[in-house]
Amino acid sequence: MGRYVIRRLLQMVPVFIGTTFLIFVMVYAIGDPVAAMFGDRTPDPATAAAIRESLHLNDPLWSQYLQYMAGIFQGDFGTSFNGTPVVELMGNAFPNTIKLTLVAFAIELVVGLTLGVIAGLRRGRIVDTGVLVFTLLVISVPTFVTGYVLQYFIGVKLGWAAPAVSIDVTFDQLLLPGIVLAGVSLAYVSRLTRTSIAENLRSDYIRTATAKGLPRRRVVTVHLMRNSLIPVVTFLGTDIGGLMAGAVVTERIFNIQGVGYQLYQGILRQNSPTVVGFVTILVVVFLAANLLVDLLYAVLDPRIRYA
Amino acid sequence: MRGAKSATWIAGAIAIALSATACGGSSGSSGAEAGFVRANWGDPQNPLEPANTNEVLGGKVLDQIFMNLKEYDPKTGEAKNAAAESIETSDAQNFTIKLKKGLKFSNGEPLTAKSFVDAWNYAALATNKQKNAYFFSDIEGYDKTSPEEGKPTAQTLSGLKVVDDTTFTVKLSKKFGTWPVRLGYKAFSPLPKMFFDKHEEYLKKPVGNGPYAVDSYERGKLMKLVPNKYYTGDHKPQNKGVLLQVFTDSNAAYAALQAGNLDVNDDIPAEQIKNAKNDLKGNYHTQPAGLYQAVTFPFYKPEWNKPGMEKVRKGISMAIDRKSITEKIYNGTRTPMVDLTSPVLGEANGYDKNLCGDVCTYNPTEAKKLIEEGGGIPGGKLTISYNADKDSHKQWADAACNSINKVLGDDKACVGNPVGTFGDFRNQITKGEMNGPFRAGWQMDYPHIENFLTPLYKTGSSSNDGKWSNKEFDKLMDEAAAETDIKKATDIYKQAEKIVIQDAVNIPLFYQNGTVGWSDKVSDVTLNPFSVPVFSDIKVKG
Repeated sequence: MGRYVIRRLLQMVPVFIGTTFLIFVMVYAIGDPVAAMFGDRTPDPATAAAIRESLHLNDPLWSQYLQYMAGIFQGDFGTSFNGTPVVELMGNAFPNTIKLTLVAFAIELVVGLTLGVIAGLRRGRIVDTGVLVFTLLVISVPTFVTGYVLQYFIGVKLGWAAPAVSIDVTFDQLLLPGIVLAGVSLAYVSRLTRTSIAENLRSDYIRTATAKGLPRRRVVTVHLMRNSLIPVVTFLGTDIGGLMAGAVVTERIFNIQGVGYQLYQGILRQNSPTVVGFVTILVVVFLAANLLVDLLYAVLDPRIRYA
Repeated sequence: MRGAKSATWIAGAIAIALSATACGGSSGSSGAEAGFVRANWGDPQNPLEPANTNEVLGGKVLDQIFMNLKEYDPKTGEAKNAAAESIETSDAQNFTIKLKKGLKFSNGEPLTAKSFVDAWNYAALATNKQKNAYFFSDIEGYDKTSPEEGKPTAQTLSGLKVVDDTTFTVKLSKKFGTWPVRLGYKAFSPLPKMFFDKHEEYLKKPVGNGPYAVDSYERGKLMKLVPNKYYTGDHKPQNKGVLLQVFTDSNAAYAALQAGNLDVNDDIPAEQIKNAKNDLKGNYHTQPAGLYQAVTFPFYKPEWNKPGMEKVRKGISMAIDRKSITEKIYNGTRTPMVDLTSPVLGEANGYDKNLCGDVCTYNPTEAKKLIEEGGGIPGGKLTISYNADKDSHKQWADAACNSINKVLGDDKACVGNPVGTFGDFRNQITKGEMNGPFRAGWQMDYPHIENFLTPLYKTGSSSNDGKWSNKEFDKLMDEAAAETDIKKATDIYKQAEKIVIQDAVNIPLFYQNGTVGWSDKVSDVTLNPFSVPVFSDIKVKG
């Protein structure tokens, strides 16, 4: 397993370089960020030249990329155009997004799995149909619609929760945005679990376990769940990265100053250092989550071996 | 039971992570502090240096923490002396500025003539990369501190001289009689010694000389302003302070306002305007801002600049039904333009509601006639370019085209042409790559007609995006600049403005309105000419 991990880590290097280079090129290809800094007026030539020089914008793109990567490995992600180091922005944004992701992930895990297991065990019955209809509804309504609707009715009209999260970002305030963010993934989790459970319910080893006279509880939790969870874990693992990146919409609606908000601001203001820096970190999160998922396979199914 | 064991570990890790992040959260600054005004804010685009701030979010703070030589009356827009005791000139070129005595910064440091001169020199030096540097281009020596090419050959402006602690003189490179009017603009703020000695520290907690002082600043989150005990001006705060809270989205801020978690919100989302009066039980106010949207032409393209085209341009202007666009699309948050300035100027500073006249009035038959007389639209087809990434320009561009198409009876005569990003849009403009009409918005720096004309239409000016040039106009502008009497100068500027209108250089569309909504907890909420709430006047109940 140790060799497998090392090999996977080595594989991550070209992926990391490739993705960051692509992002870098795309962001810097959008156009001259200096022109946008001056609003609706033409920049003073001397000032614009000084800004361009300080941002190395006159260097060729590959050289800019190398300088940028050299900085990253020294922990320097550059400075956002408003003078704040990007690392500082990250320090403010990532804890908030991680909190939100954890809340959403917990909701997704608990509610999604429960719904899926119940539906799978009672396939074809009314509970199953209910879960299917519910998940269909959740999947088909866009996040921003659920977000604004819940914010308005629960936050503004009923006053049960704060409609906008305060700057302290406490867990109770994150419950509502967490539900919104978890929504779509939750629906996928329960559908995946349901199918998997329903399928494995008819397999030989479950019949054997039941024939052995094991209590149903044990059959379901140890034998059925463990095998049925493999596809679900794959989804959940990659979804952590997805949740963090996908928080753009939810964070804006509920006033959470996290990764999504910083990315949105960065793109809107053509703040290249912010965009590239944040996306780079997100790439690392995705890669790490994928590795974790692959390692978890062995835990769930000892038949899967790493070579 | 290897699996079960690992599962417990993972569960445990999640639990620890959850509790760990929970602890870091409660620094406890969001709670409503009695007597404080909680106001909507956004993260400023630039570092908080006066000469480096060219947008509203940074401006909102600087307005509160600085008192400039002049300040603009919140109601009339008139420039009045603030930190200045007097500003005198006899030739419209050499100015003697005397400061009031005993002025101090909010950290107790005395404010002298040097505080202004040092600040202006800093702003004008190209290597300091200040985005408002061009504001100092009228002062003698700017071509040395900010040469168009190459490195600066001087560190300071030769036109600035300190006479004594409360007096300094300014020599401009050419006559400019209304120059003192711009001294209320934030780029001209004085700076304390600390700005130069401990720059990083300054940016973390800016120090000024205005009605408020920065008490604490968590970047990207919250700024706490408290009354500045050394402030001696006319706008003593009527509240215990202001909490500027950063919101991610105007809808989020609006929801917070409705739920009573916010007191003053000057960014009501456009789609909520219709409901705002009801939602906020009358605690809502809107007024035109010093900001407008217009369309200009590429005069560097022969097809748009040949004789007869002025008729076509005028015809296009008359083919746009401004009134129904503002009413139907913008619910009255924009006002059809009737001149090239803004109503916030008041008539004293050059606003004139009769100036544009029939050129800005919808008249389908006359419009069609003019376009045909002028030889028709070049190539029979025109596009209106705009940046599609912010401020929803698409709506008006499409509506204007629709209106033009109806007049011409041709579905394809005019189409909107979205440009992906603002940066790209500005790039195409500065490089002279526009082939047809394009968006030309303007946000004033200070409330005087001069600021709406010189940068935009004078030959070779920085924001003359269409590269229009007219000798008669330039002559009038020079004449106005040489005039020391502001009233007379304003009248000459108006004459010059008429040339721009008659030549249909710029198709004025609409003034954008500022909006503000407030909670029941506060009263006396008004907007100044820059559409920023007058925070010092706001009273907090209970």
